[in-house]
Amino acid sequence: MNLEQARQTFVIEAHDLLKRMEEYLLALETAPDDKDTLDALFRSVHTIKGSAGIFDFEPIVAFAHVVEGVLGDIRNGKMSVDYDLAALLLSCGDHIGALVDCVADRGADPSVELLTQGGALLDQLQTYINPVQKSSEPKVGGLPARHLAKTFTGGARKVTSDNWHISLRFGPNVLRDGMDPLSFLRYLETLGEIISVTTLFDSMPDAAKMDPESCYLGLEMDFKSDAAKETIANVFEFVRTDSKIRILPPHSLISEYIDLIGTLPEDGSRLGELLVNSGALTPEELAEGLRIQQDPSAAPYQEESPRHALIGQILVEEGMLQREIVDGAVDKQKQNRQKNLREHKFVHVQADKLDTLINLVGELVIASAGASLLAQRAGDATLREAMATVSQMVGEIRGGALQLRMVPIDEVFSRFRRVARDLSHELNKEIDLVIDGAETELDKTVIERIGDPLTHLVRNAMDHGIEPADRRKAAGKPEKGTVRLNAFHDSGSIVIEVSDDGAGLDRGKILEKALERGLVAPDQILSDQEIYNLIFEPGFSTAENVTSLSGRGVGMDVVRRNVEALRGTAEIESREGRGMTVRIRLPLTLAMIDGFLMSIGGASYVVPLDTVVECVELDGKIAASGRDYVNLHGEVLPLLRLREQFREQGQAGRRENVVVVRYAGRKAGLVVDKLLGEFQTVIRPLGKVFGNLKGISGSTILGGGEVALILDVPMLIQKAVNAETQTAAG
Amino acid sequence: MQIQVETHNGYRRLLIDGDINIYTASELKRQLLDHLVGTDKLEISLAQVGEIDTAGFQVLYLTKREAVKSGKTLHLTSHSPMVLKIMDLYNLAAYFGDPVVISRTRKKVRASRPKPKTKKTT
Repeated sequence: MNLEQARQTFVIEAHDLLKRMEEYLLALETAPDDKDTLDALFRSVHTIKGSAGIFDFEPIVAFAHVVEGVLGDIRNGKMSVDYDLAALLLSCGDHIGALVDCVADRGADPSVELLTQGGALLDQLQTYINPVQKSSEPKVGGLPARHLAKTFTGGARKVTSDNWHISLRFGPNVLRDGMDPLSFLRYLETLGEIISVTTLFDSMPDAAKMDPESCYLGLEMDFKSDAAKETIANVFEFVRTDSKIRILPPHSLISEYIDLIGTLPEDGSRLGELLVNSGALTPEELAEGLRIQQDPSAAPYQEESPRHALIGQILVEEGMLQREIVDGAVDKQKQNRQKNLREHKFVHVQADKLDTLINLVGELVIASAGASLLAQRAGDATLREAMATVSQMVGEIRGGALQLRMVPIDEVFSRFRRVARDLSHELNKEIDLVIDGAETELDKTVIERIGDPLTHLVRNAMDHGIEPADRRKAAGKPEKGTVRLNAFHDSGSIVIEVSDDGAGLDRGKILEKALERGLVAPDQILSDQEIYNLIFEPGFSTAENVTSLSGRGVGMDVVRRNVEALRGTAEIESREGRGMTVRIRLPLTLAMIDGFLMSIGGASYVVPLDTVVECVELDGKIAASGRDYVNLHGEVLPLLRLREQFREQGQAGRRENVVVVRYAGRKAGLVVDKLLGEFQTVIRPLGKVFGNLKGISGSTILGGGEVALILDVPMLIQKAVNAETQTAAG
Repeated sequence: MQIQVETHNGYRRLLIDGDINIYTASELKRQLLDHLVGTDKLEISLAQVGEIDTAGFQVLYLTKREAVKSGKTLHLTSHSPMVLKIMDLYNLAAYFGDPVVISRTRKKVRASRPKPKTKKTT
């Protein structure tokens, strides 16, 4: 795995862990003593620290270490999580997230602001830390995080030198291969400052045996640079295979230096002296390191620390993994990782790979439809049978591929727990967030784009929906407000509801405002629904005092626009004094659907199969009378004649059919000529030219290469129902 | 590369003229060690050295090591700028122990990431 990929994996994992950390912290507020949660919380931070260490992301390691310390104390029952501590730890999580983003940004160094912010958080954490562990060393300005971390980890375990230490033993063939080690030194000088160089020719044999074309050079260098480790390591790319290269980052552990001394061919005491002379180690550090090497129990750290010792080593040198102490640490990390894997059995796949797959499957569906058509025409029974099997398999592949993109909506919902917590504190209202149907799945692309509108609705509900406690009390409602998020599947779409038990919409006030703004005429008669929908108009707000969070109505137009861009609809249900619900309906996927194919004259149309309730033959008499409704199972069903709707040429066939479709609880009958059955439909968007076309939501390509239009069922039902109402009224 | 020999104050003085690099290292080694065997006091003037690389430098190092080992005297003199630079980079001026003018101000040089040049075929 190359470093860049590893880095990306780290970033994804870290964000995943931080998200879980947040969940655990919120869970702890209600159950502060839950052992499993405490363990999981500790583990999440610990794992971030561990992985960051592997990549030498020092700021994260230092910061996470302190957080981990506090969490360790909590886990050991030395303190418990109260509101303030939870808030502080949440901020710490955010800070780690920001540091991780620095890493994501190709290893950029964190900004001074970020470090200052981290320092402030650490200061706050410090007040929780066991006084015994508190630093007695005066804090020096600059990087408080680093200083804290150092005192916290027992002071002398990391070397004080700010420099990289680079140890090189060139392979014998380096010169013959056309490389000159001098060029490395020259190039390093462009990356930073070479503080000291010690050249060793110890491997050079006696004069007689010395081959002037072989390379016997060894270098011990101290190097001051802000370059990333990867950059420095890449300098030696072309000699990597047969040379021994070890790069120790600034403030590496003493044990790493001791290891370095141990693995180099030269005499240990000579190298130790060399490191001290070059300033890489202080004499005290060397002495301590050697003492620990001889007697591991003398190490001033226990239990967790071996894992800490692992930091930076794996990448620095694979060769040192045989050491027992590191082995133990690696095992421990592996255990943690496996545990995590068991908890979350996921494979990270790049989104564009998935998109390519889905596109290919789309093409496959179309191609297979074409092949089926040809098989039909050929009239060969065995071929038809074979094609039928292929079609069935293709259908399953399509289903499976789409399933890959489905993610539980919890991905969006879960973030609202934090939003709710922060907001209720800020607004000084007690609000419960209840989440239902979090496991409901929908397309990843839809999820990504629905987050913001939902956030807006949740904020609205909390800020303006839920009344202050005294007003609620006066209205005879419980003081604690409830905001409910709900999601479920309904005829091929997903329904997301955001509801609150607050004051509901003020019908009168909305109408007043709408009149004022000229949105409605004074003599216009509007249904409640129509009035509520007015809040989706741009810039519409009835809030008397607009807060920084939200003014009910402001931005609702953005919500609607976003939802409509996803081919969805938004509706409002409100009961004055009892609360309101915003209901969003979205198609499950934006790529492929099971369609129902039908034809009018020579043109083919598709409706999503999920919306089809039943198909019936149209009575000849009704067809002749031109009536717009039929009696179906004792109910009135409005009819929409698609031939008229889309101005198709030609006379209706001898028999017409009615396709009964349903959406959002309402039904309508579409009158068509022929029913052609189920059809796997790959949705192609229509061009901008057709943007204003009502009743059509997209197009698809049939097996024979013809284009079929996909009907916009919600729009058509709306139209049929309106027509019926008008007829009834007229 | 050519080596002129002269004797001066009891020193055998070698004047190296030309490049000392991977291409001349074998020849350089042979000649320098031969001369070292033939005298107790050797002086090598590096004024006329053109290009020097690590291979050439290794031979100088070897010669010095052999001289010290056998209790002989070896001085390097009149270092050319290229020689000074390489001694400076490898920080071995002290090892040779000859008076040199070391420029402590390291100039920032333009350098690209090292990659193999033409291979030396043997």
